[in-house]
Amino acid sequence: MTNSSFKNFISKEFKHIFRDIRTLLIVLVMPVIQLLIFGFVISSEIKNADYAVLDYSRDYFSKQMVNRISSSGYFNFKGYIDNQNDIEEVFKNGDVKLVLVIADNFSRTLQNSHYADYQIVTDASDPNTASILAGYAQSIINTYVADYFGSQTDMKRIDVQNRMFYNEEMNSAFMFVPGTMVLILMLVTAMMTSISITREKELGTMEILLVSPLKPWQIIVGKVIPYITIAFTNVLVIILMGYTVFGLPLRGNLILLLSVSSLFILLALSLGILISTLAKSQSVAMFMSLFALMLPTILLSGFIFPIENMPKLLQWLSLIMPPRWFLSALKTIMIKGQGLQYITKEVLVMLAMTAFFITLSIKKFKVRLE
Amino acid sequence: MRKIIILLQKEFIQIFRNKTILPIIFVLPIVQLLILANAATQEMKNIKLAIVDYDNSSESRSLVNLFDYSNFYTIVPTESATKKAIQLIDLGKADAALIIPNSFGEKLKKGVKVDVQLLLNGINITSASLTQKYTVGIVKKFSNQISLSFSNVPAVSQSVRHWYNPELNYKLYMVPGILVVLVTIVGMFLTAINIVREKELGTIEQVNVTPIKPYQFIIGKLLPFWIIALFELMIGLLIAKLVFNLSIVGSIPLLFGFAAIYLLVALGLGLILSTSASNQQQVMFMAFFFMIVFLMLSGLFTPVESMPKWAIIFNKINPLYYFMKVNRMLILKGSSFSHLWDSFLAISVMAVVVLSFAILRYNKKSA
Repeated sequence: MTNSSFKNFISKEFKHIFRDIRTLLIVLVMPVIQLLIFGFVISSEIKNADYAVLDYSRDYFSKQMVNRISSSGYFNFKGYIDNQNDIEEVFKNGDVKLVLVIADNFSRTLQNSHYADYQIVTDASDPNTASILAGYAQSIINTYVADYFGSQTDMKRIDVQNRMFYNEEMNSAFMFVPGTMVLILMLVTAMMTSISITREKELGTMEILLVSPLKPWQIIVGKVIPYITIAFTNVLVIILMGYTVFGLPLRGNLILLLSVSSLFILLALSLGILISTLAKSQSVAMFMSLFALMLPTILLSGFIFPIENMPKLLQWLSLIMPPRWFLSALKTIMIKGQGLQYITKEVLVMLAMTAFFITLSIKKFKVRLE
Repeated sequence: MRKIIILLQKEFIQIFRNKTILPIIFVLPIVQLLILANAATQEMKNIKLAIVDYDNSSESRSLVNLFDYSNFYTIVPTESATKKAIQLIDLGKADAALIIPNSFGEKLKKGVKVDVQLLLNGINITSASLTQKYTVGIVKKFSNQISLSFSNVPAVSQSVRHWYNPELNYKLYMVPGILVVLVTIVGMFLTAINIVREKELGTIEQVNVTPIKPYQFIIGKLLPFWIIALFELMIGLLIAKLVFNLSIVGSIPLLFGFAAIYLLVALGLGLILSTSASNQQQVMFMAFFFMIVFLMLSGLFTPVESMPKWAIIFNKINPLYYFMKVNRMLILKGSSFSHLWDSFLAISVMAVVVLSFAILRYNKKSA
């Protein structure tokens, strides 16, 4: 009796989600679109930055130097400006990111006093871009001056040979594929689960379910099973796409990867269930998920911003963020190709967190029933 | 008019009656702003560098010292073995390793070119490439110093001036961007959810049989969130001033003027989303999906200029891109209307188009 009603309940829940084409489409297409966007948008390269020149000399060497910068590929020459006041104007307009100011008598100073007299002014409202561009411009100019004096070998006495470990081609997929996986799993499992359980509460149908022959745990399991299915599909799609479209190697053990992903799905579910026991209405559940799960997932997991650069307090805070551990395990397996012994810490932390959230949810749930 | 005022009262009472939504609207943004601005840092403050010095000459030591004195680096001991350095990278205990060959000092004295090796952990390309740029920069500086002491190569004046943010403080750049996200979430999400909730609970049917006209209903629904979102922006700017010492260089009325028009777009999008969904879960999902797409392309984390052509073209119709741009330009650089008129034009056109479409759609659905 209970068994068949449990089955019926599960199939009802499945129908409820899969009946709606829009949700289904978004759930299954979203990871694909997100991967594509991250893949083409996140790049560490800064190219074609617009710059302007304030050249008081306008002589042979100053023009040659400007040509050198314009043909470097990093900069796009927007034109000359006439005076100091124009600098502020082009910056405020957002026309250029950098202005090169060349003092007058540039050629003569260079020949007689062996001194390149110039100044770089950046729009540092975007500080990173500014400092990188300033660095590019300086090194182009230094090389130009060195070439002019025919002492190229002198200026380049030391050469740095770079070797990128794990990622020879500087493929950004190493960053965003695991990151997207964490983001999508959090969204589909934690967020969706919390909302779908809270919905029953808000619409008053939870009471009806509780007086049905179903046991409380069956209600919860029935509710989350469809999301587990979707989440697992997403994992497979993301791994497959990362491999085929973005050339992300799968160096580690696939079974291990899927097991760790399943563990994280379970962890995210337990979080979702916990939120649903706390929230009274769907909008509250949604905001709790959004602020307590999504933003930290994006920012405190090491997905986009390296944790080591954060203030100490946030580094500690990131320790209690489930995504942080999953992401670290993912990278270890997928990219470094290392086995279970290298991710014991991550796995143990995730297990402990899952146990903790489930216990807490059961406590909360019991209190509500009484 | 009187009907609208009564509706507004009802909405405000409903919003403020809800004990859980209040802290969400007011406390969480503050917490978010504080956490996000500090987390979203692209500054490399603490590069863990393993140095393997096989030479141990006065030249190699002075290169090592340059890294030691730099605020950006923490030197990790390596027992002078490349193998150990690689192991440290493997374990994540070092971000990079610099290998100085044993002929280093000798070759420099002779004027022969010398190679040093830099091994990097390339998983996070953003930090790897920044680490690489910094490190190569320091080595180059050292190389130039040596060259200068050996030959009569001209001195190059290295004067760089960073306007608007001389200390290159990354937080100042992130805070205006995060404010955009917060305001959008309140405007788009809350509106969409709020209207769908009425649908789901069936109360919207009751509204439809009252003599209230659809446009009155819409104004009654949208206006509170428009006001709350603007209020949210004000709070955010105050916190930014108090905590991050971020002063608004430009005109504050202009900033709020743009935000007001932008919010019409965000609210309109929320309304469109709410008419396309039958329950809160769906609406949430759709809102989230669009938000991520718009946000990632808006230039919050990565400069739009470096994006591929299609993304730059797409941004022409991306409201978040305009608000992100205007917010940063106004707050950080003090751009005025003459610099921003094209963004104002674009967002106004969007507001008209989106709102008209949303209202037409709503009327059709509710008729």
